Amino acid sequence: MIGLGHYLGLAAVLFTFGILGIFLNRKNVIVILMCVELMLLAVNINLVAFSVFQGNIVGQVFAMLVLTVAAAEAAIGLAILVVFFRNRGSIEVEDISAMKG
Amino acid sequence: MLLQAIAFWVFATVTVASAAMVVTSRNPVYSVLFLILAFFNTAALFVLIGAEFIAMILIIVYVGAVAVLFLFVVMMLDINLTKLREGFLEYLPVGVMIGAALLAEILFALGVLWGRSDTMAALSGAGPHIAAVDNTRAIGRVLYTQYFYLFQVAGVVLLVAMIGAIVLTLRRRPGVRRQRIAEQLYRPKDQVVTTVKVPTGGGVS
Repeated sequence: MIGLGHYLGLAAVLFTFGILGIFLNRKNVIVILMCVELMLLAVNINLVAFSVFQGNIVGQVFAMLVLTVAAAEAAIGLAILVVFFRNRGSIEVEDISAMKG
Repeated sequence: MLLQAIAFWVFATVTVASAAMVVTSRNPVYSVLFLILAFFNTAALFVLIGAEFIAMILIIVYVGAVAVLFLFVVMMLDINLTKLREGFLEYLPVGVMIGAALLAEILFALGVLWGRSDTMAALSGAGPHIAAVDNTRAIGRVLYTQYFYLFQVAGVVLLVAMIGAIVLTLRRRPGVRRQRIAEQLYRPKDQVVTTVKVPTGGGVS
């Protein structure tokens, strides 16, 4: 019997892979953005699983909101990436130090 | 029930495997393609527990828009792949260690590892119940009444993201001929048009 625990475990594994990807691909900003998308996907799995197993539809509404924010974030992030590449000619994280942050 | 369990394990395995490939793939194009595979399998998992609307939205928004946007940017940027892979093995031990610690913590919090078995039972409530109305209708009933402001805020977020992306990537190139409509419309008539009396057989010089 597949229960809530299976879905939460799957979401935990996906989230961990997102974190791991940010650690491993320290140079490639595109893969880091993809890892953020993976983490948001894991959050969505959590929301939908709780929504279904508790019989409350609100979780799916919030999942749609998370989806919206993920799409907006991807668009803005990639636009910044394109502008950065146009100015510097690389997308390495080490090069992004103009603001000395 | 057995069929559902088999389907869950197949889709979950493919999702986790493709997530691993997103992280470890050598070429960012392959990463995007595996990301699409992960999204598709997650949508299948959502269909499996009866959240069809979110599943379809996931395919439309993530696969149709976000992943294609990623693919477009990856292919547009001319990046040095081997240089980006430097330090991958260097960060591997610490990354795996932190990832394993995080995963263990999450599973421990959920009560899967060494936990009490009643945590999950308390979380899952009554279990999946058969809804009186179908999934899309149920979402629509809540989304357009109780959460209408949230819905509109989502629209504003998308609008701001769209304007931001356009403003960021728009550039004015010098030396490009383009039509200036306002100038064309505001030209006075007497500067532009002249009336010429043409004699018969003479033509216009």
